[in-house]
Amino acid sequence: MPIIEDVSFYLDQNEFVTLIGPSGCGKSTIFNMIAGIVPVEEGKVFIDGRDCTGEVGQVSYMYQKDLLLPWKKVIDNTILPLIIKGESVREARKKVIPYLKLFGLEGFEYKYPFQLSGGMRQRAALLRTYMFSKDIVLLDEPFGGLDAITRSKMQSWLLEVIEKVKASVLFVTHDIEEAIYLSDRIYVLTERPARIKEEVAIHLPRPREREIVTTTQFNRIKRHILLNLS
Amino acid sequence: MRKWENIGDKTIPLLFIFIILVFWQLIVDGGIIARYILPSPYDVVVVCIKIIPDIKEHIWTTLQEALIGLVVAIALSVILAVLMDNFTLLKKAIQPLLVVSQTIPVMVLAPLFAMWFGFDMLPKIMVVILVCFFPIVVNLLEGLNSLDQDLLNLMKSMKASRWHIFSLAKFPASLGSFFSGLKIAATYSIIGAVIGEWMGGKSGLGVYMTRVRQSFALDKVFASILIIIVLSLLLFEIIELIQYLAMPWRRAIK
Ligand SMILES: Nc1ncnc2c1ncn2[C@@H]1O[C@H](COP(=O)(O)OP(=O)(O)O)[C@@H](O)[C@H]1O
Ligand SMILES: [Mg+2]
Repeated sequence: MPIIEDVSFYLDQNEFVTLIGPSGCGKSTIFNMIAGIVPVEEGKVFIDGRDCTGEVGQVSYMYQKDLLLPWKKVIDNTILPLIIKGESVREARKKVIPYLKLFGLEGFEYKYPFQLSGGMRQRAALLRTYMFSKDIVLLDEPFGGLDAITRSKMQSWLLEVIEKVKASVLFVTHDIEEAIYLSDRIYVLTERPARIKEEVAIHLPRPREREIVTTTQFNRIKRHILLNLS
Repeated sequence: MRKWENIGDKTIPLLFIFIILVFWQLIVDGGIIARYILPSPYDVVVVCIKIIPDIKEHIWTTLQEALIGLVVAIALSVILAVLMDNFTLLKKAIQPLLVVSQTIPVMVLAPLFAMWFGFDMLPKIMVVILVCFFPIVVNLLEGLNSLDQDLLNLMKSMKASRWHIFSLAKFPASLGSFFSGLKIAATYSIIGAVIGEWMGGKSGLGVYMTRVRQSFALDKVFASILIIIVLSLLLFEIIELIQYLAMPWRRAIK
């Protein structure tokens, strides 16, 4: 049985688009195909109109696991993409320092990942993803492993960061509230094999306050997606 | 049994060894076993302290052979493990041979080495290399293989070169296993050198042991064993210290 079937979607500049679907429906596989690390049997990936199918290095990609290198201090983890591009540690560190504050990592830069909480580790992983500095950022359930309170804080924080750094984000989650709170548009996927069931545009004003999740408008969208997913 | 869990890791084995030694001492002191057949622990320590100044040369020779063998074994293992990790065909070809090499008893090879390489240090070093090589290669290979597949994919998605994947991720990820292998190898290295020396030579703890055994000086044989144990533990601790220094993030975990 194929993992993905006839899935077609787009992402505009500075847009926040979420793929939502049940676990195991193929969301991560779609991301892996966009990132060029699993072969695509059928279909194509276009970036700025150029066919990038199977090419690596075209998007910034963050996994659900933080995948920080345990043997490197936080700051050296965040500069990993720069090191891979061939920059020296000194140069790279200089470049990342201005972002430490925005990403809430100030004071933690010389700690090892093991000394950080789950939320802080995701921040470090996100900064590392950002340092790869591609216009398109893929975030695969970045807050999936966090407790509810930390997760909610991280969502608001993510909105703030994206407001400042301007990025086009493709997001994956199976949390409906998270999807609505963060996104401009949502694609609802079916069970495996993944197909697009529906596209939902979220016309909630930005910047979004946390309280927005309690409004009737928010809940109407939530109810709609919930019914559609089950 | 719960309260035993609060006692430090080393306390229980040390206590156990102490009890055995006391038992042993009492057996010999009580005349149950004659002193010329089994010297008491106390006698062994006294003899050991007495003979050390005389056998410094022997100890030094053994230590040199063990260290040179260990260093060569490390170099060879690292090269081979990295090659095997990079070339699957090579790995498939060599892995069974590695295991077979361990089924040949050292006691059989040592005299052959003596015949081929003479009675100087070389054949002893060869024995050390042979016994140290395997644990390092096997552990290092396992370590190189232990890298999280997702991390590997993440690095690939960043267009990382093979060298970067190796130096930034694979190698540091393998260090824990590498040091485990190294510690086993370090403890084998001294006894490896001694076995080599049993086949003949001019100097070394093994040569000394053969001599005192032939003159039935059992207390000196036991003293030699004590020295071998102490040297092996010493090497083990040195490797542990190097690991402590080389892997600062492990300290952070604790
Ligand atoms: N490397 C793989 N080889 C074969 N099947 C896989 C592989 N990775 C994932 N799958 C399967 O593909 C399906 C989709 O997986 P995934 O994309 O991880 O789902 P999601 O991210 O939506 O939870 C799952 O049924 C999974 O078992
Ligand atoms: Mg997934």
